[in-house]
Amino acid sequence: MRDRLEALRREALEQLQGVADASRLNDLRVQYLGKKGQLTEILRGMGALSAEERPIIGQVGNEVRAAIEAVIAEKQESFDRAETARRLQAETIDVTLPGKAVQVGAVHPLNKVAQEIEDIFLGMGYTIAEGPEVETDFFNFEALNLPKDHPARDMQDSFYITDEILLRTHTSPVQIRTMKAMNGQTPVKVICPGKVYRRDDDDATHSFMFHQIEGLVIAPNLRMSDLKGTLLQFVQEMYGSQMQIRLRPSFFPFTEPSAEVDVTCVQCGGQGCRMCKHTGWIEILGCGMVHPKVLEHGGYDPNEVTGFAFGMGVERIALLKYDIDDIRHFYGNDVKFLGQFAKM
Amino acid sequence: MNVSYRWLSDYIDLSGITPQKLAEMMTRGGIEIDSVPSRNSGINNVVVGYVKSREKHPDADKLGVCIVDAGTGEDLQIVCGAPNVAAGQKVPVAKVGAKLPGDVNIKRAKLRGVESQGMICSARELGMNDKLLPKDQQEGIMVLPGDTEIGTDILEVLALEDSILELDLTPNRSDCLSMLGVAYEVAALTGRPLTLPDPSKDLHASADKTEDHVKVSIGNPEVCSLYTARYIKGVKIGPAPQWMQNRLIAAGIRPINNIVDITNYVMLEYGQPLHAFDAAKVSGGRIEVRLAREGEVLVTLDDQERKLQPHMIVIADGDDKPIGLAGVMGGANSEVTPETTDIILESAKFDGGAVRRTSRQLGLRSEASARFEKGVDQGRVREALNRAAVLMVRHAGGQLTEGVAEAETADVEPVKVELSLSRVNGMLGTDLSSLEIKTILSRLQFDAVANGEGSWTVTVPTRRGDISRDVDLVEEVARLHGYDEIPTTRIEGPATTGALTKSQAIRRELRSILTNGGLQEAISYSVTSLEQAHLFKELTDGALPIALAMPMSEERSVLRTALLPSLLESAAYNLNRKNNAPALFEIGSVYHSDEEVLTRLPQEKPRAALLVAGNRRSASWNRAGEAVDFYDAKGLLETVFDRLGLAGLIAYEPAQPSGFHPGRTAAITLKTERGTETIGYVGQLHPDLQKQFDLPDTYVAEIELSAVYDHADRRIKYRALPRYPAMERDIAVVVDRAVSGGALTEAIRSVGGELLESVEVFDVYTGDRIGSDKKSVALALVYRHAERTLTDEEVSAVHARILEKLEQSFHAELRK
Repeated sequence: MRDRLEALRREALEQLQGVADASRLNDLRVQYLGKKGQLTEILRGMGALSAEERPIIGQVGNEVRAAIEAVIAEKQESFDRAETARRLQAETIDVTLPGKAVQVGAVHPLNKVAQEIEDIFLGMGYTIAEGPEVETDFFNFEALNLPKDHPARDMQDSFYITDEILLRTHTSPVQIRTMKAMNGQTPVKVICPGKVYRRDDDDATHSFMFHQIEGLVIAPNLRMSDLKGTLLQFVQEMYGSQMQIRLRPSFFPFTEPSAEVDVTCVQCGGQGCRMCKHTGWIEILGCGMVHPKVLEHGGYDPNEVTGFAFGMGVERIALLKYDIDDIRHFYGNDVKFLGQFAKM
Repeated sequence: MNVSYRWLSDYIDLSGITPQKLAEMMTRGGIEIDSVPSRNSGINNVVVGYVKSREKHPDADKLGVCIVDAGTGEDLQIVCGAPNVAAGQKVPVAKVGAKLPGDVNIKRAKLRGVESQGMICSARELGMNDKLLPKDQQEGIMVLPGDTEIGTDILEVLALEDSILELDLTPNRSDCLSMLGVAYEVAALTGRPLTLPDPSKDLHASADKTEDHVKVSIGNPEVCSLYTARYIKGVKIGPAPQWMQNRLIAAGIRPINNIVDITNYVMLEYGQPLHAFDAAKVSGGRIEVRLAREGEVLVTLDDQERKLQPHMIVIADGDDKPIGLAGVMGGANSEVTPETTDIILESAKFDGGAVRRTSRQLGLRSEASARFEKGVDQGRVREALNRAAVLMVRHAGGQLTEGVAEAETADVEPVKVELSLSRVNGMLGTDLSSLEIKTILSRLQFDAVANGEGSWTVTVPTRRGDISRDVDLVEEVARLHGYDEIPTTRIEGPATTGALTKSQAIRRELRSILTNGGLQEAISYSVTSLEQAHLFKELTDGALPIALAMPMSEERSVLRTALLPSLLESAAYNLNRKNNAPALFEIGSVYHSDEEVLTRLPQEKPRAALLVAGNRRSASWNRAGEAVDFYDAKGLLETVFDRLGLAGLIAYEPAQPSGFHPGRTAAITLKTERGTETIGYVGQLHPDLQKQFDLPDTYVAEIELSAVYDHADRRIKYRALPRYPAMERDIAVVVDRAVSGGALTEAIRSVGGELLESVEVFDVYTGDRIGSDKKSVALALVYRHAERTLTDEEVSAVHARILEKLEQSFHAELRK
């Protein structure tokens, strides 16, 4: 019986040697180790052995089984590996094709710029004040030291609705509203963003509707040097620490002294280029010390407090920042335009 | 104001200061100079020539052959095509080798076989704006005065070696609408002395008294504070001297005749507009300044008949008939003509506001009205009158009568302003000394009297009408000291905290949610057409569109009453440009009022609107495009309300507002302490509007934000994670099609009580298997208890009650 077992081992190992696929391997497993396989067949004759021989032959039978199983397992594993490799190969995709994009929109560039400016001033301790776009003549003009027939009203021909009500021509009426709401308290420290309207024929650089952001600070002993310092800090946070500002005397009815503010040209860094008309400077702001009459209209005593105010056009800043060639793009709502401002 | 650099040099020594340098100094000082063009636009070697003879060209009818003495020693033969060239004229001659503007080089040439040794020039060929030339000079060659010296360089004759400073004046600096005002400014900037004209020493009058020829009176004192007149007899109308014409042209004013030119010249010099009447046409030699009467008419110098209105100031004569519109334009009935011999010369101060209204209303803006509007210097009215009178005597051969006819209703006193060193330094943040301030004031020629240490009473000359308070002087000091010299400091005082208000933060959140949802933010004009303002009745709350008094166009004539119309327009615009899936939103105000004519400010309602059309996602190589539907628009809103903590307060109910698809629209309601209010609509655009705007199926929504701002709850409160398992039961019920999913879930929630954690519709089926008026709704119910594991019996009991409720309320059949 031992000889038969040894013969079976030799034959099985020999057969397994040449197996090349999983199904043949299974056939051989059934043939040698199955319930009706050859090994079982041989061991069925154990009953005829003596009590001494039985455990010995049994031992041999187990060894033969283990040897065959080991080879089968080894073969099986190698077939599995090959199969997996084949499958993965078949699953190959073209990774250069585009992915499934998540469609995301963009905040309007004017609001994007306005938020950026707001954030800088929020960081400097300002709050944001808002007011109506349809205003009274009093808040829009009179309280800002622009009485009826004042020649400066020429500068901003307006859209009147009635003799006393008009679309605001600037965000400055919010200054008066803020002052009145503050009821004489100091410090006042606000910025006022919003839409404004002037009778202007639309072209590449003019729009009858546009956006302004205005700032107002009122405190005892506030100085024009504080205004310069504030604007310098703003400009450096907005455009970078290398930026400088330059003030030029100007005129606004609601400030005295008044100034226009130039900043280092964002395009050329002050070297001179097309954008800055080769001056190295770009005008972006108007500012000044709040006129005593305006303080009085707001309920403050100009002998007790001083104030400064500044204002800028959001469109102008956005045009310069993104190098946009035509202001009308801002109101066309072309998604090919709007989509360009989705970057953080 | 265009300022001739050469003319300015009459009053102040500009040596060492180029026009460009001067422009820079003035700009940095607050008078902005736009540009500094040279008057010589490229002329070289053009001289005055004398036309000795002109013969016809033998072979060309339109050409002439001229013999010209150009002071070169020998006569030049020049072929010339101008019809007005004639023997005896003095003309500009470009000699061979000359250069003309536009890089034209003059060479010896043969014209139709006749040699030409140069060119006789027109004004345009000399680079001049011929609109500024007297009419008879605009066509053909330029003819110079007979006394012009032969051979003189034309640059000298026409004073073209000059630059123009183009002033862009702010409204407060109308003092610089005059050469003298600019001279004062330059003196202040440079510290150099001024040389000013003094007409008083040249006033040589006859014994004849002015009062025997002209009497003036002011009928309405509020519109004229000073009126002065002089009488000049025996003038001869003719051209003004060349130098004066040159200066007028340099300033952009066309020469007309000596009398008119002198009034314009003195206006430029003093900033005081003057007017000359033909004395023979002023009835009774009487002049009265008064307001016009209803129904009066006047034909002005431009031959237009003007209907006068009671707010307009007129000059009337002895017959009480208007002969001029004060400060705006003279009347044709008193115009100076070539036959005029006697002149009544007017110099006055009229009310700026009245002149402004008149010139606006009539559309007549002139150099004169511009100056009156901004306020002329009453202190120089008489001096300007005298200056013009002296020039008329000198250049029009007239004789002056003795005295000035005048009426004055209000005197003008120089303003006195108190100024202190501490105010200046306190306001500017500077550290100026008393001496520095005193020096600046003296450069401005403001008289300052010290009232003790660091304090002055400053007398401001009447020419600077813009200065009336100490802050005005602070600005003068600051700008002459230099804005660059003001230091840069940080605000002193307590720190303040910057933060967004709730509504500002929510607005930003909305932008973030909607852009993350794939929408682009739009900004549209707040003014629109009347038609668009009426499009969505329910969104406008019955408000009447607010109309602009003077719109620029029909399309922009009223304030918008809703946001959606402009979004529809933007969508159409995008589709026209092949942007086929517009997905837009806008946050902004609409303007509502119930008043026909506004007597108070309208309501400005903050709104948000959104629009989606075309495909939700564009088709790609591995997926098909999917068209958007109602639930895209609604889903965006649900996300919004969810993020704003409003989800539990919001409900959607079928609604049929105008402009929307009646079967695919929901009113959005918000439950508040005041009850339930509709805050907006979401739905499909009505097919009529879709067609009108030429859009594909479009889904829109518009919501009121004030209620959202008020009720949004931004607090986040943690809920314990479930510790006990849930039991899930799915059901499908067959109901009438009209039964809404919302009604089913609401009914289920009402019965489910605290055991029901959630209920969601996961499928809706319509089709043959259940009958055409029916639908099957599949719902997933989740039961859970926070503190224990539910038993099957408990859940089954609740579940059974739910099914019973559905059956009772909706005749729902459980689908097996």
